[in-house]
Amino acid sequence: MDMSRLIETPLHRLAHGRTGDKGNRINISVIAYRAEFFPVIREQVTAERVAELFSHRRPTKVERYELPRLGALNFVIDDVLEGGVNDALNLDGHGKTNAFLVLSIPVWVPETILQLREEITA
Amino acid sequence: MGDNAPILVGCGAGFSGDRLDAPEPVVRTLIRSGRPAAIMFETLGERTLALAQLARQQNPENGFEPLLERMLEPVLDACLTYNIRILGNFGAANPHAAARTIHALGRRLGCRKMRIAVVTGDDLIASGAVSALEQEDGAPFPRGEFISANAYVGAAPLVEALVAGADVVVTGRVADPSLALAPFIHHHGWSLDEHRLIASGTLAGHLLECGAQVTGGYFADPGFKNVPDPHMIGFPIVSMEADGRFTVMKAHDTGGLVDRRTVIEQMLYEIHDPARYLTPDITLDVTEVEVAGIAPNQVSVTGAAGHQRPDRLKVTVGYDGGWLGEGEISYAGPNAAERARLAMDVVQRRIGHVGPNVRVRGDIIGVASVFNDDAGAWLDGYFAHSGDVRMRIAVAAPDRRTAERAGEEVLALYTCGPAGGGGVRSAVRRRIATASGYIQRELVKPNVEMMD
Repeated sequence: MDMSRLIETPLHRLAHGRTGDKGNRINISVIAYRAEFFPVIREQVTAERVAELFSHRRPTKVERYELPRLGALNFVIDDVLEGGVNDALNLDGHGKTNAFLVLSIPVWVPETILQLREEITA
Repeated sequence: MGDNAPILVGCGAGFSGDRLDAPEPVVRTLIRSGRPAAIMFETLGERTLALAQLARQQNPENGFEPLLERMLEPVLDACLTYNIRILGNFGAANPHAAARTIHALGRRLGCRKMRIAVVTGDDLIASGAVSALEQEDGAPFPRGEFISANAYVGAAPLVEALVAGADVVVTGRVADPSLALAPFIHHHGWSLDEHRLIASGTLAGHLLECGAQVTGGYFADPGFKNVPDPHMIGFPIVSMEADGRFTVMKAHDTGGLVDRRTVIEQMLYEIHDPARYLTPDITLDVTEVEVAGIAPNQVSVTGAAGHQRPDRLKVTVGYDGGWLGEGEISYAGPNAAERARLAMDVVQRRIGHVGPNVRVRGDIIGVASVFNDDAGAWLDGYFAHSGDVRMRIAVAAPDRRTAERAGEEVLALYTCGPAGGGGVRSAVRRRIATASGYIQRELVKPNVEMMD
């Protein structure tokens, strides 16, 4: 157990991701930049939190799949596009921009783990 | 066929509208490798086929990829000279006309004689099989005025075309990864029952099918994920071994990058349950896949698993989606967002509740738009600080006249709206709606026809 201080940071600093769409369903991947980040992400970026994030669009279901070998989560969000690619009034009818909404989720990370971040940008 | 040397398959387009200068460096790289090679073009989105069907109704020689000639012109002669097979779903709603266009292009460019295979059978309206369409739960699909109904065909007819000696394979709807899987199967002599190999080839096809999306396109996030020379991203090439191990690379002398991150992002793109990705050729399981960088811009992928392919094929049905009207106007400087919000309220009150099937939405671009919802609940939580914003109104309606109200009402803000609005733009367009259905595999009979 890492006993260092916890720091709040946007998920965006720890992970990257992409949205895919099929009809009125999107999937959003969340991929840890480093294996050390994955346990924090797995613990804190839950299906419930993602459902809450999209609550203004009333998704009917949020499913989370885990891919520990790839250090990744995959969220599948149903009926979130308010009509889907073909029927949406949204400028972004595909919902492609939404990966960055998920990446805005705040997470609490041990300071020693967050320091590993520097090695990515270096 | 069946020798142990790897085959290279490159991607020349990941959607209709992709960069037209992308295929040439891919073909150059394939030639330089001296290996057996093929290039695939994926240009058929969910709605594209219905639009193509409408174009064909207007003119029987239309209805295939509108950019087909411009897409192939830079590479056709080189591909024929070096026996690089071309596979593309650019036939859309009219693969025969696409094939005639390619023949004419070849004559114009002075290319050698070529054999073009036309794969049909995906069009369920033409074949009459549309009456057997099912919903996901097996219940009959609701009847309607369909513009198009096309089944996702697998790799088998494409392999048949390659066996018959096709230089170019033109298809309509086919599962995107099958465009790459077919040359893998043909070259290595794989059997469709070898689940692990078919899974591996399908995963490689999935990584290739969106073009630059695996080589640094749709990836850059400055300071976090930097991409070299993003103005000239190289499109991907997969080198496939006989045992199903493969390496993802990109065209030489181009920008972009291939690394573990770009490959994993694309691997999960449009995947739902990662243990059960359904394609006509295999049920793909990527949960045990290993992705490893082995050299700059070379990533090895192993461990794809496959299970029995589904008994039913997926079908995309296209129908009339009514009309979408949009209008936009800018506000900048002091109190800009509040003036934009007032403009939005004015237009929404004027358009009001026009009809039962009409929906109206307002956004303030620069404050909240793409994350916003139709009811504006998200926007309500935001306050105005931004000094350069754009108010947008969208109206979806069954008829053109109502949809046009969006642009008309925004235009009238010039004299009747809040102070200082400028830069009105408006647009109205017909929309295609799509839905997914299913059909028993044996009711779809792909046909391969050689056109010399």
